[in-house]
Amino acid sequence: MTSDRAAGKAPAGDQKVTPNPATTAPAPVTVPAGTRHAWPLRSRSLSVTGVAVLIAAIAVFPLVFTNPTATNFGVITLIFVAVASAWNMFSGFSGYLSLGHAVFYGTGAYFLVVAAKDWNLNGADVFWLLPLAGAVAALIAVPLGLVALRVRRHTFVVITIAFFFIAQLSASNLTVTGGSSGVLAPIPNWAGATFNNPFYYLAMLLAAAAVVISVLIRRSVFGLQLRAIRDDEDRAAGLGVRAMPVKLAALVLSAFFTGMAGALWVYFIGQAVPQFVFDPLFDLAVVLMAFFGGLGTIAGPVLGALILEPTQLYLNLQESNSYESEILFGALFLVVILFLPRGVLPTAGEWLTTGRIQRLRGDWQAWRARRTANRPVPPAAGNLS
Amino acid sequence: MSGTLRAEGVSKSFGGLQALADCSLTAPAGRITGLIGPNGSGKTTLFNAITGYERVDSGQVYLDDRRITGASPQRVFALGVGRTFQLTRIFPRLTVLENMLVPANRGRPARERREHAMDLLTFTGIAGHAGSLAGTLSYGQRKLLELAYVLVADPAVVLLDEPAGGVNPSLIHHIADRIRELNSAGRTFLIVEHNMEFVMGLCHEVTVLDSGTVVASGPPEVIRTDPRVLDAYLGTEAADD
Amino acid sequence: MASEIGQAIAAGILGGGVYALMAAGLTLIFGVLDIINVAQGIFVVLGAYLSYVLSVHLHLDLLLGLFITVPAMFVIGVVIYWLFIRPLRGAERTSMTLLACFAVALIIEGVLYQEFGSNYVSLNAWYTTASVHLFDFYLADIYLIGFGLAAVAFGALYLILYRTTFGRAVRATMQNQVAARLIGIDVNRVSAVTFGIGTAVTAIGGMVYGAISGGFTPNSSYDLISRLLAIVILAGMGSIGGALVTAIFMTTVEALVDIWQPDWAVVVFYLAMVIILTFRPAGLFGRRAVRAQ
Repeated sequence: MTSDRAAGKAPAGDQKVTPNPATTAPAPVTVPAGTRHAWPLRSRSLSVTGVAVLIAAIAVFPLVFTNPTATNFGVITLIFVAVASAWNMFSGFSGYLSLGHAVFYGTGAYFLVVAAKDWNLNGADVFWLLPLAGAVAALIAVPLGLVALRVRRHTFVVITIAFFFIAQLSASNLTVTGGSSGVLAPIPNWAGATFNNPFYYLAMLLAAAAVVISVLIRRSVFGLQLRAIRDDEDRAAGLGVRAMPVKLAALVLSAFFTGMAGALWVYFIGQAVPQFVFDPLFDLAVVLMAFFGGLGTIAGPVLGALILEPTQLYLNLQESNSYESEILFGALFLVVILFLPRGVLPTAGEWLTTGRIQRLRGDWQAWRARRTANRPVPPAAGNLS
Repeated sequence: MSGTLRAEGVSKSFGGLQALADCSLTAPAGRITGLIGPNGSGKTTLFNAITGYERVDSGQVYLDDRRITGASPQRVFALGVGRTFQLTRIFPRLTVLENMLVPANRGRPARERREHAMDLLTFTGIAGHAGSLAGTLSYGQRKLLELAYVLVADPAVVLLDEPAGGVNPSLIHHIADRIRELNSAGRTFLIVEHNMEFVMGLCHEVTVLDSGTVVASGPPEVIRTDPRVLDAYLGTEAADD
Repeated sequence: MASEIGQAIAAGILGGGVYALMAAGLTLIFGVLDIINVAQGIFVVLGAYLSYVLSVHLHLDLLLGLFITVPAMFVIGVVIYWLFIRPLRGAERTSMTLLACFAVALIIEGVLYQEFGSNYVSLNAWYTTASVHLFDFYLADIYLIGFGLAAVAFGALYLILYRTTFGRAVRATMQNQVAARLIGIDVNRVSAVTFGIGTAVTAIGGMVYGAISGGFTPNSSYDLISRLLAIVILAGMGSIGGALVTAIFMTTVEALVDIWQPDWAVVVFYLAMVIILTFRPAGLFGRRAVRAQ
C-alpha cells in the first residue's frame, strides 16, 4: 500500500530512529535481552524437556504408585487439570469470570448417567458417551452465552451464579434427573487393582487435549481478539473485532471440555446427586487454581490444579469434616490475591527468567539484588528522539 | 481511496446538556482539516457521533455519498474510517506487535499481516518495542502506537483526537511529519487539537466549534485572526472590538 | 383461594422489605466501591448467629440484641474492608475484589461450622411464633417486626445519605470517584464506612432471617446471597430504591408461585431475573451504561 512506499521513501534524515533492519524481512521479532516480557509470552522458558518430563511422569504415575488412593487422587486431579484449563480458555483469556461452569460440568455428568441408563450402555461402551456429553454441554452454552455475554462483567458473574442455582435447583426437582436422590451411574465391568487406570488415562488425555486447545487458541488470531476484548472490549469492537461471536465461541469450547470432564467424573464416582454435581465450591476451586497458577496463562491452571487439588483431597481425607480445608482455602486465596495478584507461578517465573538472563551476562550481583528487591526493573522507555 | 466526511445538522444532548447543536462540517477528501474549540465545545462528542460510539439525536453523517449515521463502530471502521482517542486506548497486556494484529485486516494472510504491522511500526518509529507489552510504553509511544494501529486497515479517513496532547515537542514534529506523509498519499484527516502551532502548521483548513456549533471555518491564517474565534476562546471581550 | 393469595402477597411484601434492606446494603457497597460483596450472604448468617449467641447464652431479647450486633457487624465490615479489600488495585481489581469477598465468605463459613456445627438452629422469642389476625389474614408478628425494622433502617439510610455531609460525600463518590477525590473527599474513609454500613444492615437482616427461616446453618448463606444478587442485578446496580421495589416484587412472585408449585418457586426467582436481564441488561432501574465493561 502507499503508506509502505511512503515509509520506504522517507529520507534517512526524517526518521529520528534508525529503522530496524529486521523489519524488512519477515517476522521473527528480535527481543532485546532485558526487555521485560510477561512470563506467559515466553513460555518457552518452560523448556520442552521440562514439559516432556512432566508428561512422562504423569503417564507412568499409576504404574509406579499402584495404591488405589494415589490413583484416585490422580484421576480427580487430572480431571481438574482439564476443568481448570477449560475454564481458563474462556475466563482467563476473555476476562469474563464465570462462576457457573459447574452448569456445564453437571450437564455433562447428568447426560452421561441418563443416556447410559436409557440406552443400556455398560462397561467401556459408556466412554463413547464422553464426547457426546461434551457436545451437549457445548450446545447449552450457546443460549446461556447469548444471554450472559451481553452485559458488563459484574453482571456477567452474577448471571453465571444465577444459572448455577437454576441448574442445581432444576436437577433437584426434575424427574429425568432423579430429583434430589439423583441417578446412579452404570457399574463398570472391570475391577481389581487397576480399576482406576482407564479413568486415569482418559483423564490424562482429556487434560492434554484441553491444554493443547488452549495453546492453539492463544497462538491464533482468535485468541488475540479474545485477549484484546479482555483489555478493552469497546476499543476492540471499534477496530472490527466481533465481540459476541468471539466470546461465544470461547465459551462453547470451554463448555465442551468441561462437560466431558463432568461426564468422566460422574462415571468414576458412580453417582450423580445434585448437591455434589452442582457444588458451589466447584467453581471457586477452579478459579483459585487458575489464579494460583497465573490467570490467562497456559501453564497456570495446569500447575494450579496439580498443586491445589491433591492438597484439597488430602485435607478432606485427614479431617473428619471439610471445614478446615474451607478456611485454609479461603485464607490461601486471600494470600494469593493480596500478595501475588498475578499468581504464584508467573511471579516465581519472573524471578527465574530474569535470574537466567542476568546469569548469562555473568552479573551475579544484579541478580541477587533483583531477587531481594522482588521486581525486575522495566527498561527505560522512550528511545525515540 | 478518497473519502469526504460530512456531518450535517448533527445534534446531541446528554440530559440537560446540549453537546452538539445543529453542527455541520465537511472534511474534504485528501485534505487535513483541523477541528478546534474551547473545552466542552463538543469536539469529542462529534467524533463519537461520527464513529458510532454515540447515537445522534438528529442530523446525518456521510462518508462520500453513503450515509453512516448511527452505524456501529465496527461498521464505521469497516467502511474505512479510523479513529484515535484522546486518552490513549491501547491493549496494555498485549505486546505492541499484537496490538497491531488486533484490527480486522481484510483477510490478508498471516505473514503479510505481520510484515504490514512491522512496516507501520517502523513508519511511526516504535518498531524497536514490537515485543514489549504495550502497557510499558511511555505516553508518547502510546500515541504513536494508536496512530499505527489505526492505519492497519488502510482507512481512507483518519480521525485523530488530540494526537499532540501531552507529547514532547520533538515528538510532535515527528507526528506532524507522519501525518503529512500519509496525507500526501491521499488520506483524509480530521484532527482535533488544542496545540495551535500544530494545527496551523499542519492543516489545510480549520473549523472552529463552540458550544456545539460551528462558528467559523476556513484556512488557518484567516481563522487565526477571526474575531469570532477569539470570542469563542476568550469570551465576550473580543466581541466588543 | 383469595385469602391464600392475599396471604402470599402480604408475606411477600413484608418479607421483601427485609430482603430489600440486605440488598440495599449490597447495592450501596457496589455503588460506592464498585465491588460486588458476595460475602453479604454469610454476613447475614453471621448476624443471625450473633443474635443466636446473645439470645441463648446471654438471654438477651432479640431486638435488644440488635443494639450490640449492629455496631459489631459495622466494625467487622470496616475491618474486613481495610484489611482485604482496600489494598487491591490494578487492572484486575473488579475480579480480584469479587474473589476476595468470596474468600472472606469461605473463611467465615468455615469458622461458623467449627463453632456451631451443621445443625439447624433458629432464633426464638415470644413474637416469633405469634401472629396478628387482620381481616382474613394471619400476619406473623415477626414479619411485621421485620418489616418495621427494615422501614426504620431504610429511613435511617435515607437520612444519612441525603441529610448529612457524610452522606453527600457518599453520593458524590458514587457518581464519580475521581472527582470526589479532587474536591477533597477522603474516598478511603467513605468507602470503609460505607462497607461498614452495608454490613451493619445484615445484622438486622440476620436477626429477622434467623427468626423467619425456621432454621439455618452456615450453608444457608448460598441461598441468601444468590437471592440478594439476583435482586440487586435485576434492580440495577446502585439503585437503592430500585432494590426495595425489586425485592418486594421478587418475594411476592415467589410467594405466589409457592401456592401452586412449591418446588419451582425458587427457580422462578432466578428465571425471572434472567428473562428480564435479557431484555434490559442494565436492570429495571439501572443507570449505568449497558456496554460490557
